[in-house]
Amino acid sequence: MSTQASSTIDKPVEFVSGITVRLVGDSGDGMQLLGQQLTNTSALLGNDVATFPDFPAEIRAPRGTRAGVSGFQVQFASHEVHTPGDTLDALVAMNPAALVTNLADLVKGGLLIVNDDSFEEKDLKLAKLNTSPLEDPSMEKYRLIKVSMTRLTKEAVTEFGLSTKEADRCKNFFAMGLVYWLYGRNMDATLRFIHGKFSGGKSAIAAANEKALRAGWAYGETIEALGQSYNVEPAKLTPGTYRNIMGNQALAWGLLAAAQRSGKELFYASYPITPASDILHELARYKNFGVCTFQAEDEIAAVCSAIGASYGGQMGVTTSSGPGIALKAEAMGLALMLELPLLVIDVQRGGPSTGLPTKTEQADLLQVMFGRNGEAPLPVLAARSPGDCFDIVQDAWMIATQLMIPVVVLSDGYIANGAEPWRIPDVTKLTEFKVEHPQENNNPDGPFKPYLRNELLARPWAIPGTPGLMHRVGGIEKEDGSGNISYDPENHQKMVHIRAQKVANAAKLLPPQDVHGPDSGDLLVLSWGGTYGACLTAVERAQSAGKRVALAHLRYLNPFPSNLGDILARYKKILIPELNMGQLRMLIRSRYLVDAIGYNKIKGKPFTVSELYEKIIEQTK
Amino acid sequence: MNTALKVLKADDFASDQDIRWCPGCGDYSILAQMKKVLPEIGIPPEQTVFISGIGCSSRFPYYVNTYGVHSIHGRAPAVATGLKLARPDLSVWVITGDGDSLSIGGNHFIHLLRRNVDLNIILFNNRIYGLTKGQYSPTSVEGQITKSTPMGVVDHPLNPISVAIGAEATFIARSVDSNIKHLASVLKRAAEHPGTSFVEVYQNCNVFNDGAFSYAQDKATRDDATVELEHGKPMIFGKDKDKGIRLNGFTLEVVNLADGNVKEDDLLFHDEKADPALVYLLSRMRHPQFPEPIGVFRNVVHETFEDAVRGQIDQAVQQRGPGDLQKLFNSGDTWTVKA
Repeated sequence: MSTQASSTIDKPVEFVSGITVRLVGDSGDGMQLLGQQLTNTSALLGNDVATFPDFPAEIRAPRGTRAGVSGFQVQFASHEVHTPGDTLDALVAMNPAALVTNLADLVKGGLLIVNDDSFEEKDLKLAKLNTSPLEDPSMEKYRLIKVSMTRLTKEAVTEFGLSTKEADRCKNFFAMGLVYWLYGRNMDATLRFIHGKFSGGKSAIAAANEKALRAGWAYGETIEALGQSYNVEPAKLTPGTYRNIMGNQALAWGLLAAAQRSGKELFYASYPITPASDILHELARYKNFGVCTFQAEDEIAAVCSAIGASYGGQMGVTTSSGPGIALKAEAMGLALMLELPLLVIDVQRGGPSTGLPTKTEQADLLQVMFGRNGEAPLPVLAARSPGDCFDIVQDAWMIATQLMIPVVVLSDGYIANGAEPWRIPDVTKLTEFKVEHPQENNNPDGPFKPYLRNELLARPWAIPGTPGLMHRVGGIEKEDGSGNISYDPENHQKMVHIRAQKVANAAKLLPPQDVHGPDSGDLLVLSWGGTYGACLTAVERAQSAGKRVALAHLRYLNPFPSNLGDILARYKKILIPELNMGQLRMLIRSRYLVDAIGYNKIKGKPFTVSELYEKIIEQTK
Repeated sequence: MNTALKVLKADDFASDQDIRWCPGCGDYSILAQMKKVLPEIGIPPEQTVFISGIGCSSRFPYYVNTYGVHSIHGRAPAVATGLKLARPDLSVWVITGDGDSLSIGGNHFIHLLRRNVDLNIILFNNRIYGLTKGQYSPTSVEGQITKSTPMGVVDHPLNPISVAIGAEATFIARSVDSNIKHLASVLKRAAEHPGTSFVEVYQNCNVFNDGAFSYAQDKATRDDATVELEHGKPMIFGKDKDKGIRLNGFTLEVVNLADGNVKEDDLLFHDEKADPALVYLLSRMRHPQFPEPIGVFRNVVHETFEDAVRGQIDQAVQQRGPGDLQKLFNSGDTWTVKA
């Protein structure tokens, strides 16, 4: 793996193609912040990055316990990476609970850095350990570096007169400094962050954190136990200007872009729920874009207010996670009957019920497909990566406005909190899409007909304030054309068919499905949503091993791309990996009558590449 | 076509739809008064939107030739809030019933009031579920025999006016379906109030709960069973205007004016701006111990929700300039990969 070596001050530097690090500690230890800084810094150095934050649902779970362990994993590499990595090259553990719950993922010979000060008897007791894991013979498998982080940090920051608690809090920056030295990470971006975050009256804290960071770096340079450091060359990404982006952030920005492209003001309503709330926080900052954010009294009010805004001619959007989507179901049916454009975004988490709020899962697919009363189909789209959230919501809003229909977008906790480099688009190249509000009565013989349709079966989006087009819409079945209440049996059948055909028409607005790999072969891996990175990497690895395997990753789940049936027919086997019990598989089997094989995992965790790879190999023997 | 000069009439607000309420329903009267008042408000039909939930009253939007949404059970306040935030230029009315707004939609109802969205919410209170054919509602009285309570209602009813006070409503009024002059005047005042105007209308369901408010409706009894609230005036009632309401400590009492022992000046003078605690006392006046107040209980002006929300948007634009996507995308740390 070593390609070249150079030296910094004293110690040699080994260049490697990629590194996976996981930082683990108490949920109050600042591990998420540390991970985000390492990610951002690595991205700025030109590496490709992929992340996996993993934290408990409790804000401050009991200190030192296994339940309170918060972790952040990042892979940075000189080549394209699509996953945060299966196994760890290095593990930084701030306490015994963090160590024992994460050690299994560290490779043999991997670097294990621990805060030695937090392995006292009381710490062991909190982690329900009788003896220190550091004394365990199995430690010989790893390169264990014991660092008195608490003590060293305290000594480093004494000059700033912080309280014991404040000084102790700086130790994550000490750990960060050590990791930065170890992997040749430039400290500038993090220093900017520190001084930006702790500005004004908190300048002592900023100075202390900077000192801790530099002390950590100096420690790495000095101690004999670390004989060398590592570095990773920039990745050869598509030329362009990049930034680091997280899924929920990309989603929020995609909504801003969709609003601009359609010439609409964004009305965004939601009720706080993990892991979707960050979208609300993000959009609430952009009021100068004309964004109206509304924190509603509940999930139902959120979707209903978005419907009201859409009726008024704005871009109505609501976001939630599985439990909230369940509450919105009736209103989604209303929007479908009103035939108004609306986005309903589900950032999936582990279910059922409250389930695993901070863990990822793909088990809401059937809920958004079928979880409404009556024949109530809706278009369903799914983002495949953090950056893709930006694109998928624009696709969704395009469909919503062109078909006058609510559209569901699926994301998940893994995508929402994950980060990747994002090539910044040229805003001038974001094309407008046409959204019209009629001004003239479409019925020469009488009142305006709100349900007269165009070739895509979309009805006109006539908005209040338009003279002469007054009309009433409602959830009761209505006569096609006039929109008047109708209980006529023939009309109901006709309307049910029209509403289904409208969804089917979405396929005309979307590109055909593409396939990564051979056009035909022994196995097609068919995946959707946040498993993209792992599936792609596993398929590529199998292709390198000579397997005739391809990947079709779906972004459009309802309707399926028009060419999907043809694609499925060209492979001997279809493998559908999902973080659920086989929901896409059920849809594919019923729609195409193919004997698709499932690979299903429901642990609140993303797929590892190796488990997918093994499944692919097993199926192509 | 120049509509600006056209003088609108009630018929301009009539839709072409057949009305499907039961013959004799109190809803007809409310619809008629609404159609009479709408032209007087001076807002054209295309600027007016009626939003309703589910129930008999909620069919209302179909019968007025304005824009309208017949939404889902209890959610009209939420739909209306979104519409009004999106389109502050519109005149928005929410039409609801006692079940729709106080049972399934109770949450949205109180939050609408506390936010003070500039719209008018008209609650048709008939103390019964009509559309589902006669179950008790959250305003049904204790002991009321209904299809779902053959042995009588055991719940304690909600008092809509009391709830509105608790929910920080800025405009609270009550009227009676058959008292058409009074109803029209209250609707008009509701329309004029900036902020959420809440109007409870006693409405007779002649099929499932006939006569629930007969004391307040019948010409023979209503003068003694109701007291008309007039701002700045003493609370006097009775066919012969010979009774009044007096505040005694923190209790209201009915006093007789005829015997000359109590003077008008001793009576409670109605004040629409009074402390909500006093308004609450008025809301607790129940027949037959008291005449039930009709008219405007409370009318105070606070900033409307949409003004506050839009104000922040305007402020953000002023402070930071209109949003620039490219600038946003390029903000923070970026790096360039060369070809």
